[in-house]
Amino acid sequence: MTRSIFPRLQVPVMLAVIVLSCLTLQGCGISDAPVLNPKGPIALQERNLLFTAFGLMMIVAIPAILLTVLFAWRYRRTNEKAAYTPEWGGSWVVEAVVWLVPAAIIVVLGMLVWNTTHKLDPYKALASGKPAFKVQVVALDWKWLFVYPELGVASVNELAFPADRPVSLEITSDTVMNSLMIPALGGQIYAMAGMRSELNLLADGPGVFKGRNTMYSGDGFSDQHFLAHALSEDDFDAWKKKASGASAVLDAKTYLDLREKSVANPVAYYGSFEPGLFDIILRKYAPIVGPYESEAAELICRGAV
Amino acid sequence: MLGRLTLDALPFYSWVAMGGAGVTVGGGLLVFCLITYLRAWKVLWTDWLTSVDHKKIGIMYVVLALVMLVRGFVDALMMRAQQAFALNSEGYLPPEHFEQIFSSHGTIMIFFVAMPFLTGLINIIVPQQIGARDVAFPFLNSASLWMTAAGAGLVLISLVIGKFSQAGWTGYPPYSGIEYSPGVGVDYWIWALAVSGVGSTLSGINFIVTIVKNRCPGMTLMRMPMFTWTTLCISILMTFAFPALTVVAAQLALDRILGFHFFTNGDGGNMMMYANLLWIWGHPEVYILILPAFGIFSEVVATFSHKRLFGYQSLVYATACIAILSFTVWLHHFFTMGASSNVNAVFGIATMIIAVPTGVKIFDWLFTMYRGRIEFHPSMVFTIGFMVTFVIGGVTGVLLALPPADYLMHNSTFLVAHFHNMLIPGALFGYFAGMNYWFPKAFGFKLDEKWGIRSFWFWIIGFYLAFMPLYVLGFMGMSRRMEHYADPNWQPYLIVAALGAVCVLIGIVCIAVQLYVSVKTWGSARDVTGDPWNGRTLEWATSSPPAPYNFAVLPEVRDIDAFHDQKILGLAYLPAERYEDIVMPKNTMLGPVLGALAFALGFAMVWQIWWLAALCLILSLVGVGIRACNDDTEFVLPAAEVERIETERLAQITPADLHDMREYAPRGAASGAVLTGRA
Amino acid sequence: MADTSVSLSILEEEEKKSLEAREFGFWVYLMSDAVIFALLFATYVVLSGNSAAGPTSRELFDLGHTAGETALLLLSSLTFGVATIAMGQGHAGRVVQWLILTLLLGLGFIAMEVWEFSSMTRQGAGPGTSGFLSAFFTLIGTHGLHVTLGAVGICVMIGQVLVKGLTLPVRSRMMRLGLFWHFLDIVWIGIFSVVYLPGVM
Repeated sequence: MTRSIFPRLQVPVMLAVIVLSCLTLQGCGISDAPVLNPKGPIALQERNLLFTAFGLMMIVAIPAILLTVLFAWRYRRTNEKAAYTPEWGGSWVVEAVVWLVPAAIIVVLGMLVWNTTHKLDPYKALASGKPAFKVQVVALDWKWLFVYPELGVASVNELAFPADRPVSLEITSDTVMNSLMIPALGGQIYAMAGMRSELNLLADGPGVFKGRNTMYSGDGFSDQHFLAHALSEDDFDAWKKKASGASAVLDAKTYLDLREKSVANPVAYYGSFEPGLFDIILRKYAPIVGPYESEAAELICRGAV
Repeated sequence: MLGRLTLDALPFYSWVAMGGAGVTVGGGLLVFCLITYLRAWKVLWTDWLTSVDHKKIGIMYVVLALVMLVRGFVDALMMRAQQAFALNSEGYLPPEHFEQIFSSHGTIMIFFVAMPFLTGLINIIVPQQIGARDVAFPFLNSASLWMTAAGAGLVLISLVIGKFSQAGWTGYPPYSGIEYSPGVGVDYWIWALAVSGVGSTLSGINFIVTIVKNRCPGMTLMRMPMFTWTTLCISILMTFAFPALTVVAAQLALDRILGFHFFTNGDGGNMMMYANLLWIWGHPEVYILILPAFGIFSEVVATFSHKRLFGYQSLVYATACIAILSFTVWLHHFFTMGASSNVNAVFGIATMIIAVPTGVKIFDWLFTMYRGRIEFHPSMVFTIGFMVTFVIGGVTGVLLALPPADYLMHNSTFLVAHFHNMLIPGALFGYFAGMNYWFPKAFGFKLDEKWGIRSFWFWIIGFYLAFMPLYVLGFMGMSRRMEHYADPNWQPYLIVAALGAVCVLIGIVCIAVQLYVSVKTWGSARDVTGDPWNGRTLEWATSSPPAPYNFAVLPEVRDIDAFHDQKILGLAYLPAERYEDIVMPKNTMLGPVLGALAFALGFAMVWQIWWLAALCLILSLVGVGIRACNDDTEFVLPAAEVERIETERLAQITPADLHDMREYAPRGAASGAVLTGRA
Repeated sequence: MADTSVSLSILEEEEKKSLEAREFGFWVYLMSDAVIFALLFATYVVLSGNSAAGPTSRELFDLGHTAGETALLLLSSLTFGVATIAMGQGHAGRVVQWLILTLLLGLGFIAMEVWEFSSMTRQGAGPGTSGFLSAFFTLIGTHGLHVTLGAVGICVMIGQVLVKGLTLPVRSRMMRLGLFWHFLDIVWIGIFSVVYLPGVM
């Protein structure tokens, strides 16, 4: 029985669809995809790992794909010339190769994983000539609050830091689980209520990078993004002035208002914030509850005094 | 009296909701009218719904899967359309609807498409492959089916009464907790999962006992067909992984209904435990979906290469390895939760180790094709399409298993593309291959091949168009589950992905046409011998469709590929010297009744109608209790009747129908047995 | 006539095979149930320190009470074992007597547990108080629910023995019920050593 696996009808349709798709994508190069073109050493190492692993796996993947197509074509039923051994069902040589070669690749990859996972641990402080710039981050519905203990200011939906210093983010959530990510600078980490997670990043130089929550968190999720500004010394000073000059003050009451749900919250600055705000938000969800250290803490934790 | 249920639950608050409810109710009415018009209610009830015959139960499972596939795919199409339009705009779906749609899409595709599809195929085939007359517990089988159907019913009715979950198919707390999701949506999700999950656990137990206890004489473990092997492995996974789903669903339900604090923010709850428990079920579940498809590919590739399966032992060990390892990798679903680098690295490496046995399988199939005579039957074409595409999914899977790379890709569309890359070729293509392969076994006539091939091409091209752009979008920083976005660079990719979804739609239409054309022309595609493809395993030894008892005389097996050897040795299609009485299970309405009670129980729990829930629970217990004490559940099919059925069947087979076996040699060729076809 | 006797013997043979399958299936079910308990234990271990604003285990647990529960349940396992031995000897009457004793011990256990739960709730230590108490009530409650189901099973079993006598299927069901009952004992020993003992230490 002869049968074509390429019936006439669909071939032109499909070719048309594929050509159309390629045309649509023309000019939308992925040249500025943040994951492929990182702007910081951490993201760069993560990407390089991606490329190395990808290359290693091609040793198995390419032969598998090519041989599938080749065998399917060569040993098609209509090709009477091809060899045919209906009772051949095993070969120790082939078995050894197909078990051992992938296993060897996995051994190599495994060592790579062990080393890079330790090296690129998001909690690990980055080696740099200058001390890390600390920022405390709180995930809210549906915005990000950044608290700068070093500067005594706070901002919403805008992160600023000096470009020549590593930035060390301490992250928690005062709502559902969120995940903070700035893809051009490096990976992400979950923000969870009552828990402190850390993310250490470094930018190659001044620039503006997109950041967002990647963990679906409700109706305002799509708009829960921010810009991260790595600023030169002068720009950073100017930013500092702008923030500390802001008239708004992030005391316990203002914080409770800020905590209310809002979609696409505009960027906001606070000239000062409630002392120990981040720790108060953390202890709000502590597994064992003790007395409150201040009235503000009680207000934030219980919503009332 | 009616708990939380009020008139506000009806979908008159938006056009989208009304549309969904309209289609659901309309579809139900249409089916009702059609059955009434065909006067099929009685036949349907006595021959099908109350049946405990594993073949009929299997067919009903597959029908359920195909119906739910359409529903789940409509969700997919709506999401793709929304994202194609929603650049800097709300698109046409408000977040509330978009969230319900992505939650129901995932829930439906995993629990009510993939699970019933594979359970159905297993039900139809595995008892026949091991030379058994039925599964070990036929009634339990019927109960499992109706529990699954009850879960599907809960998802469907959520479109009409109330809303479905907006918390995604994984339902992570605290978002899915009562504080952040106060409506009934998450409850629908919980009870649909819990009810169908119990059904799956029971199926798992049933298949384990069937395969361990009901094999015919001579069918040792290392002579079992690959599909049976994969079934045994996933049954073990089902039995031991599904309890985790039951536990986590129950805990979330307790949090929501009674104010417990398992996963709440504060008050001593711990949401990370949810992620752990969910994925202790969830990762084995991935292999529960994929391994049976691997079994199908193994059968198909040998049959349509007209060659012995390469590396049978290797495939068995690889399957067992995958099944065992599947319990050791759950943490790779949340590398970004802040575990120490030691923990992350160990789970990353464990995950990559699974790639080894999986790769071995691909190469074993490859070498089965090598020096074969490959026939491009739709099921073989699906298999080849799977092998090429699945390798890509495997590569991206290993990339995600590298914790530092996962930090970049987690929660992105890259991840979405990856798991669709595993589940569409790895599971669904397998089920489609199985459907094309075993359809004649179930119904007695073959499926139209032309439309089968067409459905394949539209599916695979649709798949590449829909998901390759999502890989790229992951690199560009697009998160999953976004209702709208602001980056104009993303839109072209999302438009292409939407085109891919349209392609897949045509693929689904092709399958519908294939079924229609095949049923219309069934007389010309009849399968008289019960062995349309020159099959190798025992399910082809029965008639198509098989007699209720499958085998009049239980076969004796001397090696793998038992039926293949029988044909070579001229032992196939021989009348038995003497037929015996056969004990058969009686049909019972308790299965559908339990399903209805489970549905009502779920519905009552969702709306907190406590009296109804208590009533359903008590009635179910009474039903099970009565059944447990019943000693009269079987009847005897007399030998004379068996002889009549068998003689009638054999009389239809002419020598011209038989396959030419001259090119083959039996395993025991050295014994000097006859090497020709039928003597 | 001859035909029916042949059919009967096939039925019996088939029944024997099916009962064997049932016993194996029941073992598999028990293992699956054991996974449920294992995960509930794990949950308890994770949450046992999370008492939030509520009382801790040390303030709540009373080892004397627990020892009473333990004694009742262990004794009931023993009496069930005696009932099984009586079944082996074919004394239907004695089987029923020992089953009734087992049932009473089981009901005593359930009563003590209900009392424990209600007194804790009255002290303001209900399951909604903290993660620790949620996990505690769920683990102990799930075990208690199993014991209750087992008690219902014993009632049904007494009825079956009285009505049908010690037929083959009844014997098989009795064996399976016994497995279930002893399994609950093992789980309780786990509860005693993972929940109560460390809780007061």
